[in-house]
Amino acid sequence: MANKNVSVWTSIPFWRRSAAWVTGFATILLIWLTFDTLGQITMGTDADLKNGVDKRVPAATVINYKIDYKMSTKRGHEVPVIGGKQLFFGKEWSAKEAADLLHLGKLTSQAKNCMNCHTLLGNGAYYAPDLTKAWLDPAWQNGGPLQGMTGKNTVEEAMAEFLQHPSQYPTHARMMPNLGITADEAKGLVAFLKHMSSIDTNGFPRNFSKTVDQFKSGGTNAH
Amino acid sequence: MLTSIKTNEFAGNKGKELGMMYFRVAVILFGAQLLMGLIAAIQFLAPGFLFELFDFSVARMVHINALVVWMLYAMIGSVYFMLSDETGHEGVAIGLGKLAFWVLTLAVTVVVLVYIFIQVGPGKESTIWLINEGREYIEAPRWADIGIVVVVLIFYWNVFATYMKGQKTGIMTVMIADLLALAGLYLAGMFFTDNISMDQFWWWWVIHLWVEATWEVFVGTLAAYALIKIIGAKREIVEMWLWIEVLMLFGSGILGLGHHYFWIGTPEYWWEIGALFSALEPVPLVAMFVHVLYDWGKEQGIAKAEGKSGSVMNNGPAMAWIVTNAFGNFLGAGIWGFFHTLPQVNIYTHGSQFTAAHGHLAFFGAYATILIGMFYMGVQYAYGVKVLRSTFKSKMGIFLVTFGVVGMTVALTIAGYEQVLVERAELGGGWSAFFAAQELPWFVQAMVWRAIMGVVTFVGFVYLVWDLLTIGKQAKAAQEA
Repeated sequence: MANKNVSVWTSIPFWRRSAAWVTGFATILLIWLTFDTLGQITMGTDADLKNGVDKRVPAATVINYKIDYKMSTKRGHEVPVIGGKQLFFGKEWSAKEAADLLHLGKLTSQAKNCMNCHTLLGNGAYYAPDLTKAWLDPAWQNGGPLQGMTGKNTVEEAMAEFLQHPSQYPTHARMMPNLGITADEAKGLVAFLKHMSSIDTNGFPRNFSKTVDQFKSGGTNAH
Repeated sequence: MLTSIKTNEFAGNKGKELGMMYFRVAVILFGAQLLMGLIAAIQFLAPGFLFELFDFSVARMVHINALVVWMLYAMIGSVYFMLSDETGHEGVAIGLGKLAFWVLTLAVTVVVLVYIFIQVGPGKESTIWLINEGREYIEAPRWADIGIVVVVLIFYWNVFATYMKGQKTGIMTVMIADLLALAGLYLAGMFFTDNISMDQFWWWWVIHLWVEATWEVFVGTLAAYALIKIIGAKREIVEMWLWIEVLMLFGSGILGLGHHYFWIGTPEYWWEIGALFSALEPVPLVAMFVHVLYDWGKEQGIAKAEGKSGSVMNNGPAMAWIVTNAFGNFLGAGIWGFFHTLPQVNIYTHGSQFTAAHGHLAFFGAYATILIGMFYMGVQYAYGVKVLRSTFKSKMGIFLVTFGVVGMTVALTIAGYEQVLVERAELGGGWSAFFAAQELPWFVQAMVWRAIMGVVTFVGFVYLVWDLLTIGKQAKAAQEA
């Protein structure tokens, strides 16, 4: 009598089987979704860009295009908008050159351990600003304080200059240390940042830098 | 614990002896983790501290790596420790296991020295092979990755072969399956890609499916084992609970992975999947909490009904840490995780101090606590103590460490709240928004409190180590007197 279970709810084999089925089902669902997601986040091609095909992660040659981040009424959040051609470090990069540059940049981002101060796509450490849309940050644009401090005329040149000599520029008490980034590595990093800003992140970060100017001028909505 | 280095204290159980070797290194790495955390906490307040000498990125990298590695050490140690009790065998190749221990410890030492003294390298493949891989939590260079895989294979084979040879308890069956998944997942983090979305997609397979699935099941098995050992809980009940926990943990945790796929370039359907399944993740943690307290009360009640006086616990400090685990897991992983797991909230909290708050309480509550409980079980065994009672130092250790971590968590939550409202909601992220929020007095005050509570935690850790080093000897002397 003692060995016979009176109820399925106190039966170990029942719970063991249930655990196995639930785990198996969840795993299969995850694997199926993974295949779908991998297809959607595989990097696009140069031809996609030329033909205006939107990819969640565009090809490296996206560095040859102007990138914006605009509210989409259809999706209810901001999405990257890839516009017309734009020179990058004064030239247009071939598919091979762009891919090599992005490779160097991504590798450098890991070699210099960027992620243990900054966040990339929101993941990393929280000591320094998020870099997801850093390429689009108003501070780096023409007339912005960061571009101004470097004395350069384009976003890419300003960023590359800063990355090579970060602790020379008084950005904030919490400065970026000199990590021995070379001129080539800096170019690669900027390409990596520009490419990252073109990734469709479902609207993260939201309302990117929209009200910074108003805040800094001490303004309010009460005009 | 120091004197327990002498092997003759171990009554010849080689598996437990090897487990204790892992525990000792784990405690040292735990200390390193706390020291690095203190440096990083100070740098938040005084950014010039060790600037361009030992930067935040280095302190933070060692802080989180020491965390992951000490926990893996304590987990491997725990498995070796429970092996003979669960299977009836000491382990088929403990000699080889010891060799693997020394290889791993040597490798960890080299990796940490390279992190500290070389720090970063040029943007070349050689850097990620030799210096660091620059991917949060799994920064270990590729050579060390391969070494870890080899060592883990030896460990797994040892455990698996022992399991096949001996009795097959429910606890050990779960453990064998869980360890296979845990070890296999590490492989998902061992490749390089230029595509940052692809990079983070697989990176989360390692991080999430470790800490929110396989590690949680590991904790379930450890708690089951410990309840049998410490309060004499009935195996049938404990193992039934364990299967229910596996069902709920894997049922929610595996697809809960989706909550990391909201904003990294992955499709929108992860919003719904991630929100639903990760919202269910606290449920098994409630169950685990209920389970521990219920079993404790039940065993105590049975003892009382039988007319026995006193506690059913044979290890006071271990039980105190396991109860802290039950509560901390629910609070840190469950509640603090749920706070920001819905995409509607997470779009503002993602990548803020909210995450850090959750990380601190969850790693502590879910993992540090029960592993410290295992250290106390190790000490009890090493000295042959029948009933290990908490000392003043045990109580100071658990109180100060817990109070410190909860204090840090509250401080970081406040910092995160301010960051979410000011940096994200009001100013929309970006460079200027970030620093505007970091400079506000509310944020700075929170960071001051975080540093103070970090010091409290460290003082508690000193008490804890002091206790681990002395409690066994004292208890043994008292037992013999």
